[in-house]
Amino acid sequence: MATALTEIKVTPEIAAEHGVTAEEYARIQKILGRDPNITELGIFSVMWSEHCSYKSSKVHLKRLPTRGKLVVQGPGENAGVVDIGDGLVAAFKIESHNHPSYVEPFQGATTGVGGILRDIFTMGARPIAVLDSLRFGSITSDGDVDARFACGAKTDPATIATNRRILDGVIRGVGHYGNCFGVPTVGGEVGFEPCYSQNPLVNALALGIARKEEIFLAKAKGIGNPVIYVGAKTGRDGIHGASLLASAEFTEESQQKRPNVQVGDPFVEKLLLEACLEAMRTGAVVAIQDMGAAGLTCSTMEMASRGGTGIEIDLAKVPQRETGMTPYEIMLSESQERMLLVAEKGREREVLDVFKKWGLDAVVVGTVTEGGLAVIRNHGAIAAQIPAHPLAEEGPVYNRPLAAPAPRVESEKDWFAFTAEKTNLTENFKKLLASPAIASKRWITEQYDTSVRTNTLAGPGASDAAIVRIKESEKNGPDGKKTMRGLALATDGNGRWCQLNPRVGAMHAVAEAARNVAASGARPIAATNCLNFGSPEKPEVMWQFSQAIDGIGEACTALGTPITGGNVSFYNETLGKSIYPTPIIGILGILDDASKALKIAFRNAGDTIVLLDGADSSSSPDTRRELSSSEYAKTVSGIVAGEPPAIDLFAEKRLIDCLAALATEGAVQSAHDVSDGGLAVTLAESCFAANGLGASISFNENVPAEYALFGERGARAIVSVSPTNLAAVLATARQYNVGAQELGNVTGQSSLRIELKGHAAIDSPLDALRDVWADSLEHALKGIS
Amino acid sequence: MKFGVVVFPGSNCDHDAFYAIGNILHKPVEFIWHQSQDLANCDAVVLPGGFSYGDYLRTGAIARFSPVMKSIEKFANSGGMVLGICNGFQTLCEAGLLPGAMMRNSGLRFICRHVHIRVEQTDTPFTSAARKGQILKIPIAHSDGCYTADEADIAELEKNRQILFHYTTPDGSDDAAGNPNGSMHNIAGICNRERNVAGLMPHPERVVESALGSADGLVIFKSMVEALVGAAKATA
Repeated sequence: MATALTEIKVTPEIAAEHGVTAEEYARIQKILGRDPNITELGIFSVMWSEHCSYKSSKVHLKRLPTRGKLVVQGPGENAGVVDIGDGLVAAFKIESHNHPSYVEPFQGATTGVGGILRDIFTMGARPIAVLDSLRFGSITSDGDVDARFACGAKTDPATIATNRRILDGVIRGVGHYGNCFGVPTVGGEVGFEPCYSQNPLVNALALGIARKEEIFLAKAKGIGNPVIYVGAKTGRDGIHGASLLASAEFTEESQQKRPNVQVGDPFVEKLLLEACLEAMRTGAVVAIQDMGAAGLTCSTMEMASRGGTGIEIDLAKVPQRETGMTPYEIMLSESQERMLLVAEKGREREVLDVFKKWGLDAVVVGTVTEGGLAVIRNHGAIAAQIPAHPLAEEGPVYNRPLAAPAPRVESEKDWFAFTAEKTNLTENFKKLLASPAIASKRWITEQYDTSVRTNTLAGPGASDAAIVRIKESEKNGPDGKKTMRGLALATDGNGRWCQLNPRVGAMHAVAEAARNVAASGARPIAATNCLNFGSPEKPEVMWQFSQAIDGIGEACTALGTPITGGNVSFYNETLGKSIYPTPIIGILGILDDASKALKIAFRNAGDTIVLLDGADSSSSPDTRRELSSSEYAKTVSGIVAGEPPAIDLFAEKRLIDCLAALATEGAVQSAHDVSDGGLAVTLAESCFAANGLGASISFNENVPAEYALFGERGARAIVSVSPTNLAAVLATARQYNVGAQELGNVTGQSSLRIELKGHAAIDSPLDALRDVWADSLEHALKGIS
Repeated sequence: MKFGVVVFPGSNCDHDAFYAIGNILHKPVEFIWHQSQDLANCDAVVLPGGFSYGDYLRTGAIARFSPVMKSIEKFANSGGMVLGICNGFQTLCEAGLLPGAMMRNSGLRFICRHVHIRVEQTDTPFTSAARKGQILKIPIAHSDGCYTADEADIAELEKNRQILFHYTTPDGSDDAAGNPNGSMHNIAGICNRERNVAGLMPHPERVVESALGSADGLVIFKSMVEALVGAAKATA
């Protein structure tokens, strides 16, 4: 039998090839009391990879707030779980699949979505929505950042072509998996910056619903209980996906890592979902864990470690797609659509029958044992023998050196210069509307099934957050009318701002996601995060990371949205250059009555447009410095400099509470927060979403025109209000200590007019604006299919 | 009166059809497992949308060999009412219960959006509650919805007034702008000659409540209910 422990003699060199350092190797020897064999080395290397062990981030992640009265399950399980009332809970989490999506965009993205969906239904929750936060390099030559800035350079045509190809593959992949699986892809965001050219970000968030008592955890329990392998067969795909692809930076040879990318099959995942939920309902399932990163290794070791038990399995029983696979390969394979579960002894037949009904493999491969030792056999012979708890919990933890980068040498001449009097603001506005970051994402989102499951009340672009209703929560309201609860979800992250100031940028990401949720009418209750950074071995990157954690922690505490889970993606580098630090925050909110959800579209001509502002009006912004970090400065002048707008978390909280109250009162017709592209873009989007309505406003703040129109200061939103409700809305705003300024009206004419201090700064037929906004992405991407 | 919703491995709009019939129309409905040859005394059968058998080989090509399809064929041939939605329509074409075949969308991409279709015939159990010429706002969600048939089949469809729905623009004109997937003659849905089997690519079960952006899909289910009530009276 080809399973002898001494098959390959492990040397420090072989350990180094596995990404295991000399100190880590010594720790392995100490835990085992001997040298590991090659299979054991493989197991340690994946379990202790950055991707699986969080060894560089752990010390910082501890600073995040994770508790709250609605939090049922915080970080550490497959997904976070929060109480949403009526005996129901929501499981949600965001995860990255960045490197695979560069190496093989379609499969990388599909398996990213597949992985996060499994995390949700492993908890016993049925997935009801997916959101995707995506970042790509430039797909047009417009809007390149000026070469005088650190991140600036001309994007060459070949890179643009590659970026378009990556985007196309990722969009197809995200769509394919969700569409086939039958979960609506309801939102997310897409951003473009040159730094993501060879390192796109693909962060997928999934949300699921379960009854509170039905939540499953991944803890092996009950000595003698059978361990059952279910789902797709194990093949050689994805070996070392976690350790080599996700835990090392990219080089020119990275494309050769294509065999490390897993291949997804959403059809099998759909069967696995139905079979797992049905098996869980039998009551015979004790614990369940999906096989994602590090496959069988991670699922066996973590289940045993969390349960405080041992585990013994025989790999010969594992269903295999290929012949001649070694224990090393079987343990490290990242083949998709597989699960490991522990059943109650004597009831395994009930579980196996469910999987048989759905046409899936289900095989008893081992048992839960006493004593904490994981024994991996192959045809009876021992292939690996490792104490599970030390492997899973006593891995290396690094408090890596941090160092603030040298201060940016910037003078006023690098900042945006106001030249409104010499500038055609309407033309610049059109450039901004056409920029890929601001332009309509319809070309992308129409490739996603957004309405399957018939819960989508607001899909992509309809509201500031995606809104799904919860059918299971239906009940008779006080007036006899049936009501359902709704859940709102938004993701946000601004890499450019985090590059300029990681702490403030990260706070903005939290604040904007929460503001979006509130602008949809929901109360923000919890958060999940996906932290995309460069190499943790660079002190400046660790400094960015540490700063971002502080910012997220502070903002989540202030806004009452504890972090319930997420993931860290380091080594987002190509050829030694780090991406912008890009924490992506997902925020979940509750609407007690889903019919009160707010959308961005203006509704009636004659309604008053009111600007709500949570900030203290006495603050005077540093307008040039602040606008230099905006989408407008980048698009129009190629400037990425200055500072993100100053953030006032109290102002954000006041605005959030005010918006949620206005929604509950049913007092406003529409709501839309002011963010990328400023007030002008916000107004235009509310017009575009309404058919045949325009807006005419007048704005008198004493700031430069371009700052007034395109500045991105937070804590602001516009609402439209019918004349009969205006007094009530202003009263509510006062009650929440939020400024409310009447800017003008929704009009029946199809035009947008913005007057500043008595002069028309922008005056354009809506169609002229809509055309550049609606089709620019499609034009840029035409012909890539 | 009882509706049955077939569940193939990979069906993913089965719950939606079930909800529309059971919770919105408040009519009895149950799932029919693809391995079953027993239609559980259902009076009407819905083949739902999804990716049956992963749509491997061709859409609906494997589903049509499911054991349940034998019973559905018998049921249809004896006058039973069968509605195929999206993947269900594809499966009915593969099974030969409806003429024609579905090709990849002309744009070669999955498309999900609201489209408009015009009701062309109202003397069928699927459209009797609609007005002739009524325009329905209804979503599509598919990669393979380009309806294709040879000229002889199309001529037959026209002659026997089997084309139930055409894609149109919102204002009801027939130009290509209203056709999302390249279907021949803008065909969105058809029935068989006997008018008891119908298929359409758009998803009526997704638009049965105004909260979901349109309730225009209701008319199809209401027609089916009326037909079943009528049939029950006739036999009473």
